[in-house]
Amino acid sequence: MSTTETTASGIGPVEGADASVYSVDNPAPLIEPPRKRTKKSPKSTRGNFEMAAWLFMRLSGVVLVVLVIGHLLIQLVLDGGVSKIGFAFVAGRWASPFWQVWDLLMLWLAMLHGANGLRTVINDYAERPNTRLWLKGLLYTATVFTILLGTLVIFTFDPNIR
Amino acid sequence: MPAGTLYRGREGMWSWVAHRVTGVLIFFFLFVHVLDTALVRVSPEAYDTVVATYKTPIVALLEYGLVAAILFHALNGLRVIAVDFWIKGARYQKQMLWTVVGLWVVLMLGAIYPVLGHAARELFGS
Repeated sequence: MSTTETTASGIGPVEGADASVYSVDNPAPLIEPPRKRTKKSPKSTRGNFEMAAWLFMRLSGVVLVVLVIGHLLIQLVLDGGVSKIGFAFVAGRWASPFWQVWDLLMLWLAMLHGANGLRTVINDYAERPNTRLWLKGLLYTATVFTILLGTLVIFTFDPNIR
Repeated sequence: MPAGTLYRGREGMWSWVAHRVTGVLIFFFLFVHVLDTALVRVSPEAYDTVVATYKTPIVALLEYGLVAAILFHALNGLRVIAVDFWIKGARYQKQMLWTVVGLWVVLMLGAIYPVLGHAARELFGS
């Protein structure tokens, strides 16, 4: 073995790697890309859910930056901060369709963004199939409940409840 | 700690950890926040009673923490988007993280008075 000649990097020359062998008249053989989908390959059964979820996180994230930071400014910073919040303040804001739509959009996007984030966390750390099933069942139940409750509250809000 | 349990470490990993932790915290707050707001459908008194606890000095400190978590998650989220979609994003991820941290510090300093001012007045008198 000690007589075997090697290059400095320990990698010997590759057979047929000399590029000058090929020309326009003698082209290099075409190598099919591995796992290329053709007419013969079966239809994918997975769909693009994970890609859609990935894209949703980025699109909803950009919108939420505006909606949530605006919300924080109004609720916690401007006009006396948290001190002014009360039933009357909520009634005043939800008298305007603009803020109803703002809050509704923020509710849906934030809940779905957060639920998908927690789904990722569960996928990462819960290893037993049963644990994953139960945690995700709890997550989806709580998410659907909270979105429906919040939507109902915004649509049925009554400033003259008392 | 056995070798190999810290994935790379440094800015990339720690910003990922902070993004995850702040995200989970914000999501749990969101559940509570929708529930407390739902009290406006019960009665004005029920809502005002619960909101009154949000105006106490201890909860003011929690609100400051919430603002801290949201601002970091928002700014770092924009950085993640830049890493994914901007062609030079991955190359400048460290510089972008320190920009995020710098902006976050400035905004958190600016939030001290509006978010904690009323608590200070209550504790130390106006």
